[in-house]
Amino acid sequence: MIWNDEMETLPREALEALQLKRLKQVVERVYATVPFYRKKFQEAGITPDDIKSLDDLKRLPFTTKEDLRENYPFGMFAVPLKQVVRIHASSGTTGKPTVVGYTKRDIETWSELMARSLYAAGVTKEDIIQNAYGYGLFTGGLGVHYGAEKIGATVIPISGGHSKRQIMIMKDFGATVLTCTPSYALHLAEVAEEMGVEPRSTILKVGIFGAEPWTEEMRREIEELWNIKAIDIYGLSEIIGPGVSIECEEAQNGLHIFEDHFIPEIIDPETGENLPYGEYGELVITTITKEAFPVIRYRTRDITRLIKEPCICGRTFVRMDRVRGRTDDMLIIRGVNVFPSQIEEILISTKGVLPHYMIIVDREGTLDTLEVQVEVDEKIFSDEVRKLQQLARKIEQNIKETIGISAKVKLVEPKTLQRFEGKARRVIDKRKLFNGGK
Amino acid sequence: MKVEQISVFLENRAGRLAEVAEILGKNGINIRALSLADTTDFGILRLIVNDREKAKEVLKEAGFTVGITEVVAVEVDDEPGGLAKILTPLSEEGINVEYMYAFVEKSRNKAVLIFRFENTDKAIEVLAKNNITILDGEQVYSL
Repeated sequence: MIWNDEMETLPREALEALQLKRLKQVVERVYATVPFYRKKFQEAGITPDDIKSLDDLKRLPFTTKEDLRENYPFGMFAVPLKQVVRIHASSGTTGKPTVVGYTKRDIETWSELMARSLYAAGVTKEDIIQNAYGYGLFTGGLGVHYGAEKIGATVIPISGGHSKRQIMIMKDFGATVLTCTPSYALHLAEVAEEMGVEPRSTILKVGIFGAEPWTEEMRREIEELWNIKAIDIYGLSEIIGPGVSIECEEAQNGLHIFEDHFIPEIIDPETGENLPYGEYGELVITTITKEAFPVIRYRTRDITRLIKEPCICGRTFVRMDRVRGRTDDMLIIRGVNVFPSQIEEILISTKGVLPHYMIIVDREGTLDTLEVQVEVDEKIFSDEVRKLQQLARKIEQNIKETIGISAKVKLVEPKTLQRFEGKARRVIDKRKLFNGGK
Repeated sequence: MKVEQISVFLENRAGRLAEVAEILGKNGINIRALSLADTTDFGILRLIVNDREKAKEVLKEAGFTVGITEVVAVEVDDEPGGLAKILTPLSEEGINVEYMYAFVEKSRNKAVLIFRFENTDKAIEVLAKNNITILDGEQVYSL
C-alpha cells in the first residue's frame, strides 16, 4: 500500500529534478545560517552556486557525529530556537548526547514519512498499534506515534518495558501491529509463552522492527513465533528518526529510502570515495527538506548497499539493504547506542583511575546482555569483600544511569583480559549477527 | 602491635588457590594463618606468612594482585568463652570488626585471633585497656 502515490512513485527523472532543486535550497540555507557549514564549505572552496547537478553533491564535505558533538547542543540548528517545537537526542561517544531539533514543518514531514512507512508495512487506520518503542528523547516512540495518528490508526503509547503488561494489553486491546526492536519482539514472545498466552493466537498481523541490526534468520523466527509479517524500518535521530527508509510488505526485500527528502550515497569509509550501486560501504545521507536540523552528507557509520532495480511495489525510490554493521565501535544493545568510550568514562569517574576492562555483549535467549569485566589491580584492590562488591555495584549503577541499560560488572584478575597487539581489545560481541557481512 | 597480612585477589576459577600455595611453597614461604572470603565471582585470600615481602614479590611476579594490610593478632586461652572475652569489650566501645579468623597453637594451648578493624589504633587501645594479649608482628610470623 502506498500512502503518497504521487511522491512515492515519481518517475526518476522528475524525482531527481526535485532533489536537485531541494539540494540547492538546503545548501544555500545552511551556508547562510549555520556557521559550521559556511566555514567547512569555504575551507573546501565551495559556494552554494557550485551545486549545479546532483553529482556536485560529492564536492561537499562530510558531516560527522563528532561535528555534531562539537556543536553541542544547538550549534547545528539552522533556525532560531523559537521556531523549534521539539528536541530529541541520542547517546554519543561521550557523556554528551547528540541533540536534534524540529520545526513544526519538520514534525509534519516526519509524520508524513512515518505515515508512508506504516502504509508500506500494510498498516491502515483500521489497525491498533502497540507502540513499544521508547517514548522520550529517543526518536522511536514519538516517531511512530505521529505517523500512526496521521493515518488515523489507534495508537497504544505503551513505550518499552513491563513485558507482562505488554502481553496483557496486546491481548485485551486487540493490538494488530507491534512496533519495537526485533530482539524485544522475540523477548515478548517468550514472556507470552510463560504467561500461557500462545503468541500465534493473538490477532497481531504486522510488526515494524528497527533501531538495531537484525538478520533474515531473526525475521523468520519472529514471523514464525507470532504468525506475523515482520518489516524492517531504518532511521537515526541525526537524519530525522525512524522513517528514513522502510521495507514494503510486498517484497520485504530492501528498505525504500524516501528520496524526495533524503539523498543517500554509499562511500568507502576509508577513502571517502563514492561507491557504485550494489557495493557495500558506509551510508551517507543528506537531508533536503529539513528546516531546524538539516545535515549535509552525514556519515551514518552504518554499512549497507543501495539497490537501484525497481521494486514490485511500484515505488521508484532506491532501496538500501539491511544494515550489515558499523564502521565505528558503536554497539547497539537492546536498541540503545553504546560506545566503549562511555564505559571507559564511567570507570574513570567511578574510581578515579582507568583499570583494564573488557566489554562482552551476548544474547541470552532473546535479550542482549552487557557484561563489563574490570581487572582488579593494586589501585582498586581491597582486602575487604564489601568494598570490592560496592565498587562493582557502583559501576553498574553508573552505567544504568548514564547509558540507561543494566550491565553486570565482573571483577577479574589482571592480565586475564586479552591484549590485542599490545593494546587491550575492548569489546567482544558474541551475538555474531552477521558473519563477515562487511 | 600490628601484624602485616597479605591479601590476594582470586577469580573463582578452579586451581587458582592451589597455584598460590604452590608458588609460596616453591619459594620456601611458610603460611602461619589464612582465610578465604568468597563471592560468586571472586575471592580474597588473606595470609599471614613468615616472609611477607618475598611472598608479595613472588605472587606479583606470577601476576596476582596483592595487597598488604595491617591487622591485629590477639592471643587468648584456648578454652570456652575465650573469643567472647575479646569481642565484648570491643563491642561495648563501638569498635567494628571488618573480618576475623583464628587458629590454635597446639603447643601452648592458646588460640590466636587475627582481626581486621575499621579503626585499628582505637581497637588496640581498647584491647590493651582490657589486658588482652596483643602479639606483635615478629611473634606471629615466627609462630
